[in-house]
Amino acid sequence: MNGETILTVDHLTMRFGGIVAVNDLSFTAERRKITALIGPNGAGKTTVFNCITGFYKPSGGTMRLTHDDSRMIQLERLNDFRISKQAKVARTFQNIRLFPGMTALENLMVAQHNALMLASGLTFLGLIGAPSWRTAEKRAIDRATEWLRRIGLLERADDAAGNLPYGDQRRLEIARAMCTEPALLCLDEPAAGLNARESAGLSELLLTIRDEHGVSILLIEHDMSVVMEISDHVVVMDYGVRIAEGSPQEVRDDPKVIAAYLGADEQEAIAVMESGT
Amino acid sequence: MTVLEPTSAPRAPGAAFIFKKALISALVALVLFSLMIGIRTEAGPTGQLIYWTRFGDLAALVAAVFAGSIAVELLRWRWGPVGMVRIVPPGVTSALALARRAIAPLLLIFALLVPVIFYDQRYILDLGILVLTYVMLGWGLNVVVGLAGLLDLGYVAFYAVGAYSYALLATNFGLSFWICLPLAGILASLWGVMLGFPVLRLRGDYLAIVTLAFGEIIRLVIINWQSLTGGPNGVSGIPRPTMFGIPLTPGDDGLAAKLGIEFSTTHRIVFLFYIILALALLTNWVTIRLRRLPIGRAWEALREDEVACRALGINITTTKLTAFATGAMFGGFAGAFFATRQGFISPESFTFQESALVLAIVVLGGMGSQLGVALAALTMIGGFELFRGLEQYRMLVFGVAMVLLMIWRPRGLIGHRAPTVFLKHSQEISSDLVKEGHG
Repeated sequence: MNGETILTVDHLTMRFGGIVAVNDLSFTAERRKITALIGPNGAGKTTVFNCITGFYKPSGGTMRLTHDDSRMIQLERLNDFRISKQAKVARTFQNIRLFPGMTALENLMVAQHNALMLASGLTFLGLIGAPSWRTAEKRAIDRATEWLRRIGLLERADDAAGNLPYGDQRRLEIARAMCTEPALLCLDEPAAGLNARESAGLSELLLTIRDEHGVSILLIEHDMSVVMEISDHVVVMDYGVRIAEGSPQEVRDDPKVIAAYLGADEQEAIAVMESGT
Repeated sequence: MTVLEPTSAPRAPGAAFIFKKALISALVALVLFSLMIGIRTEAGPTGQLIYWTRFGDLAALVAAVFAGSIAVELLRWRWGPVGMVRIVPPGVTSALALARRAIAPLLLIFALLVPVIFYDQRYILDLGILVLTYVMLGWGLNVVVGLAGLLDLGYVAFYAVGAYSYALLATNFGLSFWICLPLAGILASLWGVMLGFPVLRLRGDYLAIVTLAFGEIIRLVIINWQSLTGGPNGVSGIPRPTMFGIPLTPGDDGLAAKLGIEFSTTHRIVFLFYIILALALLTNWVTIRLRRLPIGRAWEALREDEVACRALGINITTTKLTAFATGAMFGGFAGAFFATRQGFISPESFTFQESALVLAIVVLGGMGSQLGVALAALTMIGGFELFRGLEQYRMLVFGVAMVLLMIWRPRGLIGHRAPTVFLKHSQEISSDLVKEGHG
């Protein structure tokens, strides 16, 4: 493997009882690139995400994260919050999971928890209002403000997150994930429920994150216009296995992918393949 | 409301409909009250059952329900659907918002002046101490239930641990109140952590049941560990607190003699009043401070969405444990104070009813709201005393008042949430958006 690979998923398998949700899946994600994971509903994409971000413990296989300083982390050995804290993998959720009763600004402050916890001397320095804590808090607010400005929510910083329109909530969730300063950002259907204009804005935001912040992105998405526009690399899954991989162009023309998406049976798929070649 | 009038104005319900509804209500009342009111039973002098009927009272009650039901239906028809706007005019709401800002400082000033105003009214001072003890307990539990959203039905356990810590340390080793106070807090928070570990993975009802059991376990241990705690006989002769080592006693080395004033038992009451006021204010100050620190935000985030917290790299385990430990510590302080005030403690003071009362204060006040909890403690404990004149109907009046309050303000007296940080202006967050946690 070259140094440009950030995530290597190797023979990943996830079983739930007798159901094999992900079966021997291998793929890689490049550094500072956008890798899209696509496939029909129930293909096992979100399960892969949950394995990578520590919500599931995989039944088999390895997931290796390589940091900029070529530090390697086996993700399957970390659990729960350590994935975000130590491995610097951040994620968003298919059904938005903001803190609805907290303001947009507070949401972004919570995301900086670990850094602020240290700065507040595990609460004790913060309790007595030490100057070092005050400056750290101010910096955190500045960072949050900067992200709010970037996603166009500066005016609504003090509104409850649950009161924001759907599209704003999606962007706020991405900003919140970015406030944890991740190396790899995993987005689970960020364009779901967005209109065309909002989707275009989202594409722009993701490209900014890739180019200006140097963050690698792993993306699950059904909106093909977004996938085709911004992805550098596409992995197609169906029934828990990888059925195709390549550039957006290659994948789009792949007969197996077309068959999977059109729900054609085997005979038709072969027919499609033959007509394609 | 007026805009909605054309669509929502109900068609006049037929007389038959109203009559039917009233009849059903009356029937339910008849079934309910026939045994409760209709037949009066008592044990006779030789142990046999004697009973007599009170059909007149029963008939009057059922008739009252029947008439009341008709009246309610007619009113409902006249008013249309009952909404918030109908009950509370906007003018009152804005006046309330204004009053809310002034109420906290006014309450504080009043609390500080209570011993001055009511110096010779021992009853009021004792009541004030009692209310403040519950304010402190409410604020302590508020950290666990209101901020972290962990429903704790066994809070009295920490109160008991604090009380017995002080009582036993003071009677066995002769340690002073001011040394034992932090020790009681530390011991109680250790118990908080011990409770926290097994319940880390539990949510909602299950968490509530285990915490309830924990409260009972502590009480049963206290009852049965006779050699240490004195069992049901409790611990007596608990020393009173001293002011910088000077006891408040009538002797020559007492405070009154040193100051050259006449000794009065009221001095000690006033002193106790200011101790509990200071402890409660400390609890409040620390809680307000913690809310603005990362740990406090993590508690609230935990209440809002635990899964999202994990995805953001927040250690759920330590976050929950610190919430339990912090809440328990305040409970321990309050317990130590309780022990020194009473001079005698026994397991009877630490029953489930205490936990329920403190939880009711937090829920009625509005979970997470410091001012709400203080107001709720004042109304619940103070109100309970106010109704003393009503004797046996006290509980009934009290229950009705609580039901009405919950209908009017389902999320407590102060249900909204104030943000911990803001850029331009702090906006209150409606209670509809704020989650209640796993409780």
